Amino acid sequence: MGSLKIENVKKAFGPVEVLKGINLEVTDGEFVVFVGPSGCGKSTLLRVIAGLEDSTSGRVVIDGEDVSVTPPAKRGIAMVFQTYALYPHLTVKNNMGLGLKQASTPAAEIDRRIGIASSMLSLEPYLERRPAELSGGQRQRVAIGRAVVREPKLFLFDEPLSNLDAALRVNTRLEIAQLHRRLKATMIYVTHDQVEAMTLADKIVVLNAGRIEQIGGPMELYNSPANEFVAGFIGSPKMNFIDGARLGETAKTIGVRPEHLTVDTKSGAWKGTVVHAEHLGADTNLYLDCEKAGLITVRIFGVYNAEPGATLYATPEPGKTYRFGADGKVLK
Amino acid sequence: MSTATRSLPRTIGAHAILLTYTAIALFPVIIVIMNSFKSRAGIFGAPLTPPTPETFDLIGYTTVIGQGDFIHYFQNSLVVTVASLFFVLLFGAMAAFALSEYRFRGNTLMGLYLALGIMIPIRLGTVAILQLMVASGLVNTLTALVLVYTAQGLPLAVFILSEFMKQVSDDLKNAGRIDGLSEYTIFFRLVLPLVRPSMATVAVFTMIPIWNDLWFPLILAPSEETKTVTLGAQLFLGQFVTNWNAILAALSLAIMPVLILYVIFSRQLIRGITSGAVK
Ligand SMILES: Nc1ncnc2c1ncn2[C@@H]1O[C@H](COP(=O)(O)OP(=O)(O)O)[C@@H](O)[C@H]1O
Ligand SMILES: [Mg+2]
Repeated sequence: MGSLKIENVKKAFGPVEVLKGINLEVTDGEFVVFVGPSGCGKSTLLRVIAGLEDSTSGRVVIDGEDVSVTPPAKRGIAMVFQTYALYPHLTVKNNMGLGLKQASTPAAEIDRRIGIASSMLSLEPYLERRPAELSGGQRQRVAIGRAVVREPKLFLFDEPLSNLDAALRVNTRLEIAQLHRRLKATMIYVTHDQVEAMTLADKIVVLNAGRIEQIGGPMELYNSPANEFVAGFIGSPKMNFIDGARLGETAKTIGVRPEHLTVDTKSGAWKGTVVHAEHLGADTNLYLDCEKAGLITVRIFGVYNAEPGATLYATPEPGKTYRFGADGKVLK
Repeated sequence: MSTATRSLPRTIGAHAILLTYTAIALFPVIIVIMNSFKSRAGIFGAPLTPPTPETFDLIGYTTVIGQGDFIHYFQNSLVVTVASLFFVLLFGAMAAFALSEYRFRGNTLMGLYLALGIMIPIRLGTVAILQLMVASGLVNTLTALVLVYTAQGLPLAVFILSEFMKQVSDDLKNAGRIDGLSEYTIFFRLVLPLVRPSMATVAVFTMIPIWNDLWFPLILAPSEETKTVTLGAQLFLGQFVTNWNAILAALSLAIMPVLILYVIFSRQLIRGITSGAVK
């Protein structure tokens, strides 16, 4: 239970086409992350899956059943929103139980499920509070709990961590990962943050301007991006893109990740001047202005002392460069 | 004491302006209330002085109360105002919700059409309204007044409320839909409580012109049974002799209910303004 199939889904708001033909299959128990820049249509796609938005054309199939005209409450899904979206007038307990109550679930069963969910998310002390009396992290846990008690076929998360501060974000991310392991449920998770995507996903769907750029596991996308967009989006700091002509290459663009460059004070492929150095302790990011390659980023593991203005040579590791054609696709 | 954001001259200046404005705004009201407690000679002899032991007289109030029907006029006014207010808020909020929540063909046009009434005074249609009421047998009923005032109040209500409804979180409504709440439940239980401050604003704007209106009660419901306070007070306003004591007393009394309603709503208003500012 919990498979999803999206067939050629398109969505237009008036003349603006936001989704331009999405095809996707999610198997039972998978954790799928939709990632892409802001405004690329991730939330719209998620809302189409949830039934909160009608697609202009195409089909949504959950568990082998076409749900294109099924109302959201009947699709067997649960959703967690960026802004928590808790009912302000209800206690935590009633927030979690409302959906089940609407579906005429027996009170004992509702209590049982709330009990399980609240212990899973350490919400027991807060069951009688209202959302206004909770912190941001607690509110988001309640929202997750509200999804858990529905025991849905499909969990949908729309940027659930964006409103939390950095430390809480890491904690809650862990909690979501553990939740997935415990429930073995199918989860679809939307984010614009590639770190969240890499750390959580079994499968990442990279979206750009209403189209799927590539689907694959985190390491697959990192190691063999299909095109320039995916290569630039996955990985931090961003991959360096260098004009092929300047390096005397036939490819339009050459890509090399900052962590696949080594530096040396004496000799190397590209001579450059240090523009800025960022010392993060575990690693150091150097920004080099190279004569041949232009401004590039180099990531060095550990501490590296380099003053702005110093001359350094950067060399790409053999076999770790990517070649892109004029259409942005990877050249084999 | 002066701090970065406050200086003494500025504070004094601001308060002087506000106090002057308050004095100007309250002056007529205070004159009316003051003189309502004076004898006729007192009113004309020294209209600007408060009642003294010599001029103090409750004749105005005893006339008004003694008139007997006045309580009844009050009731009529209250029924008309409260009923109209209820319908304006209910239908206004519903229309605003539909306009802000659902995308349908002609949405913008419909919004403009509903807001048109803000610019066109309903009194222009008096003749047609009167014909309509005669045809439907509603002349000299409070229903006629409630219907007209509901129509009069709706445009502004729809206009203001739809702006506020647009600000209610989409996520919250969507969460409700996923939990299987009906659109009515979403509207009444989730959205309405969140726009309560703006409902209070609309209530105040709607209520005062209805309570004070003389035009429609005079035309649509002038019978003894259906007279409102403002119309009833005309009783004392003769062509040759005017019973000033009674008029001033009636006006003072007429301020009370609307003042009470205002206090109820304005607490919501202030709470809304401040709760929105610091979230
Ligand atoms: N209800 C709507 N009406 C018109 N345009 C919309 C609506 N919802 C979203 N859009 C547009 O669709 C695009 C994608 O939005 P969205 O799916 O929210 O992006 P994101 O990937 O950031 O979640 C945006 O350009 C947005 O302006
Ligand atoms: Mg979004």
